[in-house]
Amino acid sequence: MVAKGEVKLLREDGLRLDGRRLDELRPFKIEAGVLRNADGSAYIELGNNKILVAVYGPREVHPRHLALPDRAMIRCRYSMATFSVDERKSPAPSRREIELSKVIREALEPAVFVEEYPRTAIDVFIQVLEADGGTRTASITAASVALADAGIPMRDLVTAIAVGKIEGQLALDLNGLEDQYGEGDMPIAMMPRLGLVTLFQADGVFAPEEILSALEMAKKAIEVLYEAQREALRKKYVEIREEVLGSG
Amino acid sequence: MPIYVRPKDITVPGELLAEGQYTVEGAAYILNKKVIAKSIGIVEISKEKGRKIIKVIPLKKKYIPQAGDKVVGKILDVGVTNWTVDINSPYTAILQATEVLPRPTDAAKIDLSEYLDVGDVIVAKVLAFDFARDPLLTVKEKGLGKVTRGSLVEIDPAKVARVIGRKGSMVKLFKDMLGVELIVGQNGRIIVISDDKDKELLAVLAIKKIEREAHVSGLTDRIREFLQARLKKVGD
Repeated sequence: MVAKGEVKLLREDGLRLDGRRLDELRPFKIEAGVLRNADGSAYIELGNNKILVAVYGPREVHPRHLALPDRAMIRCRYSMATFSVDERKSPAPSRREIELSKVIREALEPAVFVEEYPRTAIDVFIQVLEADGGTRTASITAASVALADAGIPMRDLVTAIAVGKIEGQLALDLNGLEDQYGEGDMPIAMMPRLGLVTLFQADGVFAPEEILSALEMAKKAIEVLYEAQREALRKKYVEIREEVLGSG
Repeated sequence: MPIYVRPKDITVPGELLAEGQYTVEGAAYILNKKVIAKSIGIVEISKEKGRKIIKVIPLKKKYIPQAGDKVVGKILDVGVTNWTVDINSPYTAILQATEVLPRPTDAAKIDLSEYLDVGDVIVAKVLAFDFARDPLLTVKEKGLGKVTRGSLVEIDPAKVARVIGRKGSMVKLFKDMLGVELIVGQNGRIIVISDDKDKELLAVLAIKKIEREAHVSGLTDRIREFLQARLKKVGD
């Protein structure tokens, strides 16, 4: 075993092991409406992460006594495929997956107009097909696209990214290796247009001024991701419009 | 008081549409004097009494029952005094036996499945709905009741208005060009009735085309051309 901080995560030239600058995102791709039978769906790739999200609802709650009289309940399941990590993951929900389900739900909830659909449930299923650090933030980013794709009214999209610390320096969007051997990880989710934070976690030690600059770093990346979310949502409709008007 | 969007723009949730005093309709909300979109939709800007109205027409939605709506339902379950009806909504509807049976009837002695059974399709009207209880239906008016023939098409409830058209123009187009009768439920279910199976099928295809292209302008003309082209092919 190698203790934290003993692994070189920065190269001689100051870049990270995968060749990124400290404030650089991994390559990403977001698609909406990828599943035919879900009300809304999204797929995200962020570096090696591959995550599929399906949204069903608002729909009737079963068993019925669980329904809330004044609003819709959001139910969220984050689960990792057995083949998503190097060592086979047991298919049973782990403590970590149960916790992440709750954390992701709470990051999405403030964005949804739940009071418009009393006594219903909105189900969000997150399936991690391949994991490499930062799945919770990628899941939130994809889940909010899936919710919007389902036509569910929202205050804003939710976009998330993590800022971590490696070799004493802040680094954006940690990958699996950096997460494991780095000195800290701080996932942040925001409603970018409203400027509100819906998730803020951190492990490791951060100085107050580090937190402030981490937040700035995250904000910049969130703007970039938000634009991709927006494009993913509009794509289907813009394409049909171009196809129809182009032929006529 | 600037408006940041143009009519026909496609919005996403959170998108800033305008700042200032506007009347807001559809899938948009106001926060700190800012008009913000709630869902993916199309912008519409109109003017009334010198005041601008900003409207976002959603591109996708779930059907929420409203008193007076005509809906197409499927019988889910037969009870002792009522039927449970799926109306393609987060809320399942109830049809009371008294709405169907001739008045003085002892409900206890009658098997309701003789009137409507599981799987039957009905055209009904929403009597009342207030979110606290499931919506109530009635079939007591002209044109309502069990459907015995035709094809059932399901589309997104957000596109229903386009299938009906301005003052029913689209429904009229189907009737004039194909001789096909459309019963359009507000819940996104449409019954297509014709004696000619081919025309019925063509109408179904046209409805699917409307659903797909509803957000692109010139819809009625496109559907007319589509029907004309297909009819010609059949004629040859």
